[in-house]
Amino acid sequence: MLEVKGLHARVEGKDILKGLDLTVRAGEVHAIMGPNGSGKSTTAHVLAGREGYEVTAGSVLFDGKNLLELEPEKRACEGIFLGFQYPVEIPGVSNLTLLKAALNARRKYRGQPEIEATDFLAWVRDRAKLVKIDPKMLSRGVNEGFSGGEKKRNEILQMLILEPRLMILDETDSGLDIDALKIVADGINALRSPERATILVTHYQRLLDYVQPDYVHVLAGGRMVRSGGPELARELEEKGYGWLEAA
Amino acid sequence: MATQPQDIQELMRRREYSAGFITSIESETIAPGLSEDVVRMISARKQEPEWLLDFRLKAYRRWLKMEQPKWAHVHYPQIDYQAISYYSQPKSHKDGPKSLDEVDPKLLETYKKLGIPLKEQEMLAGVAMDVVFDSVSVATTFRKKLGEAGVIFCSISEAVREYPELVRKYMGSVVPFGDNFYAALNSAVFTDGSFVFIPKGVRCPMELSTYFRINERNTGQFERTLIVAEEGAYVSYLEGCTAPQRDENQLHAAVVELVALDDAQIKYSTVQNWYPGDEEGRGGIYNFVTKRADCRGRRSKVSWTQVETGSAITWKYPSCILRGDDSVGEFYSVALTHHRQQADTGTKMIHVGKNTRSTIVSKGISAGHGQQSYRGLVRVLESAENARNHTQCDSLLIGDQCGAHTFPYTEVRNPSARLEHEATTSKIAEDQLYYCRARGISEEEAVSMIVNGFCKEVFKELPMEFAVEAGKLLAVSLEGSVG
Ligand SMILES: Nc1ncnc2c1ncn2[C@@H]1O[C@H](COP(=O)(O)OP(=O)(O)OP(=O)(O)O)[C@@H](O)[C@H]1O
Ligand SMILES: [Mg+2]
Repeated sequence: MLEVKGLHARVEGKDILKGLDLTVRAGEVHAIMGPNGSGKSTTAHVLAGREGYEVTAGSVLFDGKNLLELEPEKRACEGIFLGFQYPVEIPGVSNLTLLKAALNARRKYRGQPEIEATDFLAWVRDRAKLVKIDPKMLSRGVNEGFSGGEKKRNEILQMLILEPRLMILDETDSGLDIDALKIVADGINALRSPERATILVTHYQRLLDYVQPDYVHVLAGGRMVRSGGPELARELEEKGYGWLEAA
Repeated sequence: MATQPQDIQELMRRREYSAGFITSIESETIAPGLSEDVVRMISARKQEPEWLLDFRLKAYRRWLKMEQPKWAHVHYPQIDYQAISYYSQPKSHKDGPKSLDEVDPKLLETYKKLGIPLKEQEMLAGVAMDVVFDSVSVATTFRKKLGEAGVIFCSISEAVREYPELVRKYMGSVVPFGDNFYAALNSAVFTDGSFVFIPKGVRCPMELSTYFRINERNTGQFERTLIVAEEGAYVSYLEGCTAPQRDENQLHAAVVELVALDDAQIKYSTVQNWYPGDEEGRGGIYNFVTKRADCRGRRSKVSWTQVETGSAITWKYPSCILRGDDSVGEFYSVALTHHRQQADTGTKMIHVGKNTRSTIVSKGISAGHGQQSYRGLVRVLESAENARNHTQCDSLLIGDQCGAHTFPYTEVRNPSARLEHEATTSKIAEDQLYYCRARGISEEEAVSMIVNGFCKEVFKELPMEFAVEAGKLLAVSLEGSVG
């Protein structure tokens, strides 16, 4: 599904990714861990197509297509979803407006008609229940005045509504209380299927207790320095990253 | 609906008539320049009564002693008033393009984006047509319906001929002939405009928008509008349209006067989309307007709603004089400046009567090198016991070359007054656009979504059909403002 080879990327003239490789097949869950500032969010943004993130070498294929030449909105319509580490507030634009526009953009991309207003509302209500978000909150501005945890749950709600094929979740588990963590994990698991894949960027084992990864990677200095199974995450939890960097 | 041939002829006749031309007078453009003779000539050609000529002459003499205002936050080269021709025959349809194929494709592109029907595109672009069957029949029906309700809606020239006493009673009673430089100029040389009269107790049976939109064509650069709502009357009037309008006349100086008697309500909505000039600001319209409402009656109410996206320079302060006790004035404004556009706009609320209330909601959007100022005055006179004002003034910046400025003035002479003022400035941030795009929404749609959200409070005051159009209009006007 996703094939990243020898990826080099630069932000503001600074080389951040230095030869990153990653292969994700449909049905898999990959966890990416690694020290602060190692390039995890940068990887996520490069995959989502953020402007100013300049790819200087390497390739990214999504379903065999060259992802790097697509605009961010086209990538989203192709089925990539990025759950932001820091969800953005857009005062004045309601969550419902954003969701509807996003949903319709996808439908248009696929040549489908716009969704009926009543179908849309029913679908949103149904999904909101899964993440225990009061639908009333969705009439407020996008993330406007949402608490840190609410913002993260809102990212998961958007994901549940849009039903992407590749979910990239950047520290969606950070800053959540125990109950919220469980809700977020349930949301992720709800979308797990043989046709979909997930990349979880996280610092903690606790999310991985709920969402079992197939692979765990350690990103350091802009490259994957170690890959393994779920046991690697537990090892990191015990020993930290020092032993890897020394190796 | 079948169209009666005599209806069409009648309407065509009225049209010529309402444009203020009489066949015996050869109506060609007069030579540029302004003098007392020119003012007399205009009045003579329109066969005006003596009192109106007097009004014009007094205005002209006053204007000579006045200076062009300099306080507004706008910059433009000195205007040569002697280089303007003050009277010209409305462009004959025959001079226009023969079909839409001959019209600037860029303009057509914009019409298409705004979703303007083909027939209307032809009218707006000035395509030569003998008769537009749809609009003619619609207009005739409208006329009939209005007539039955007792509503008078016609051109000012026609009103001067048919209802001289009404015009004489109210014209200049809200904006005196010497009010300001541009109003004086307008009073001296105005050529035409609209007159609306809603008699006592009548609720105008339709928005005066659709009719206007179909019939409006090149109303000229010195337009004059007078709307009178008698006791308990109600009218909603819409001026302008979302389609970009081109005009060879660079200077526009209109005067609009509204009079509301006891319990009367006037809702005046404007969508102004005059040619803003090219990206360097060349060729745009200078729009220097004086709009004022006199809430003469008790419990009268006037709402000004404006969406200003056009013109190179806008100088405009629709105001309310809240004379009647318990009268209400409202001002809802969205102004957008892009490229090199400059706008200095706002309102004046003058509280005279007791328990008078006013609301001001101003939304300014600047993109490109656009410059924008909100200028508002809330004045509470000694007589205005218990006056209330709420002012909300928000600016949205797109990019970092543009500017927004606010000049709120208050003068309070009665201690019981309560005034509230809120102001915010925000920016469309790159990360907001990226967030939307990461959800599959194009950059253009994202900008339009954010801008529409910003303008919500004002759009909801517009007549339904125009609220939707106004949203689209902003999106089109902002094209190329990001990225
Ligand atoms: N816009 C930018 N300008 C300059 N440097 C940047 C920019 N964005 C990211 N960086 C730098 O790139 C490096 C990688 O940042 P990134 O956000 O990818 O780290 P991360 O692995 O996600 O860290 P964390 O675990 O703290 O979220 C950091 O050193 C960061 O300072
Ligand atoms: Mg990060």
